[in-house]
Amino acid sequence: MASNSRTPVIEVRDLVVDLKGHRILNGVTLDVYRGEILGFVGASGAGKSVLTRTIVGLLPKQLGRIDVFGVNLDQAGEVARQEIERRWGILFQQGALFSSLTVGENVEFPIREYLDVSDKLMTEIAITKLEMVGLKPDVYRKFPSELSGGMIKRVALARALALDPEILFLDEPTSGLDPISAGDFDQLILTLQRTSAMAVFMVTHDLDSLHTICDRIAVLGDGKIIEAGTMDTMLASQHPWLKAYFHGARARSGLRAAAGS
Amino acid sequence: MTAGILLSGQANGDWVELSAAGSWTAEYAGAIEPQVEAVTRSITARGIAININRIEYLDTYGAWLIERALRNWTKQGREARLVGLREDYRGLFEKVRAGTQTLTPPAPRTNSIIATLVSVGITMSNVGADLLLFAQMLGSLMVAFGRVLLKPTTFRFTSMINQLERVGWRAVPIILLITVLIGAILAQQGIFHFRKFGADIYVIDMVGVLVLREVGVLIVCIMVAGRSGSSYTAELGAMRMREEVDALRTMGFDPIEVLILPRILALVIAVPILTFLGSMAAIYGGGLVSWLYGGIQPEVFLSRLREAVSMHTFEVGMIKAPFMALVIGVVACVEGLQVQGSAESLGEQTTNSVVKSIFLVIVLDGIFAMFFASIGM
Repeated sequence: MASNSRTPVIEVRDLVVDLKGHRILNGVTLDVYRGEILGFVGASGAGKSVLTRTIVGLLPKQLGRIDVFGVNLDQAGEVARQEIERRWGILFQQGALFSSLTVGENVEFPIREYLDVSDKLMTEIAITKLEMVGLKPDVYRKFPSELSGGMIKRVALARALALDPEILFLDEPTSGLDPISAGDFDQLILTLQRTSAMAVFMVTHDLDSLHTICDRIAVLGDGKIIEAGTMDTMLASQHPWLKAYFHGARARSGLRAAAGS
Repeated sequence: MTAGILLSGQANGDWVELSAAGSWTAEYAGAIEPQVEAVTRSITARGIAININRIEYLDTYGAWLIERALRNWTKQGREARLVGLREDYRGLFEKVRAGTQTLTPPAPRTNSIIATLVSVGITMSNVGADLLLFAQMLGSLMVAFGRVLLKPTTFRFTSMINQLERVGWRAVPIILLITVLIGAILAQQGIFHFRKFGADIYVIDMVGVLVLREVGVLIVCIMVAGRSGSSYTAELGAMRMREEVDALRTMGFDPIEVLILPRILALVIAVPILTFLGSMAAIYGGGLVSWLYGGIQPEVFLSRLREAVSMHTFEVGMIKAPFMALVIGVVACVEGLQVQGSAESLGEQTTNSVVKSIFLVIVLDGIFAMFFASIGM
């Protein structure tokens, strides 16, 4: 899928980000292409979330340049920025559902704000999205506090997908899920990505996800991208951290499982 | 990109083939929807086919609009089919088609009179439940207090001092400011009206008795309920939302002993002190206005005050203070522990905490007034 259209949707160039006086990212250069699933790994505290949050504009950057859909975010006016924000969806680690709204209202929220569609269509689209992420329509009227952790992630994914985004950011989508649910979630993301050819930028620690659904993997270390490429590139790399990550005990069992299936 | 359109095509026997073209995406969904409805409604043929071969862009919105038209058609007992489905859109259509859209209808609205009666009933039963919770909390607090008395080393002394600083020391400036103003206003109003009868001097009796018996303690308690009661509820509520209270319990600690007892003891100590300071400030404010506005010299004010108020007057106000502190603290903690998962619930419980504690403080003041009247104080 990644090979048929090599247009980058996100281009990050020499990005430098400081947080409370510490340099977290020091010259990050990264491309995300249309229609690919990019797995983004790195040690805890290496700044994966910082990069995600900087791209989506939640954190200020010191130096560097971020282009999304070919538009430089620094030069984009408010209207252009909103137009870009409409075209991406973000799944936060804890779901970040609005706790005072029902599940249905959560999914309808971006639709109501950005699109001029009838209430009937909005409800139907919200239910379609909920069913697409594998939930029953009767969660529509429930409140987030009545749902389990896995269901919250699914609802949050439905909300991220509400406007049919072209880029989907996922922050550790399978953390806190049992292995079966995590596997289901991976397949779900893969299916949805294949049906709409969106780009998926996935921060993850889940080696199974990296093996099974990621087209490409980028590795962050010491504030830079150490390596970016396919799983084979990762396995062949001589970088000590990569060797420890992809050849450690957990990785080997994961690989065996992947080879077995 | 151009907006999607649905062209009504040629009839072919019993069948009509419609052709869809352009962009069938979220952006244009609002414009496409009425068009689709109008076109499909106008067709009388028995069968309908929608050709989507010429669609340039398609997403869930477009796919659903087409799927919905086909479903409506089928529901009317006619035939409907999709033609020209491109391979890259097959997955999307399969996903959309798999949706059942079976939403259970919302519970029917009951008669408004019945609904009102139901809500009155629920409110009343909640009042009962609240009283029960209040009594329960008071009981567990006494048990925790007893345990601490038996084993004083387990008492969270540092925590209590910390709370004492927050609810006592830091509340002093605002309490002083407000009570000075209240005393000044009481005196000004008194002088203004009493002067008509030439009874200016009785303003001192009024300010002295009113402030020491009632107003001082009431104003301080209302301030404390708004300032400290609300923060107790919000703190405990947030701790409950993040399962901190459950964590304490599983480690073998009693949340009442660790979290609530130091907070309530701090209030019970702080409120009488604040009441004393507030009453003095109110009398000061009253004296200042009497002097500057009413022309009553400070010496006259003081000697008249000595005659007007007795030790009893002062005691009545001070005795009430710790009980009111207890009520504020217990209500705040009960409400805090009632917080459910959502941010809205936290806000609701905090409001409840302030409203209920102010209400109960005033009710308690009334009960005390009857009590002191009957024992002749």
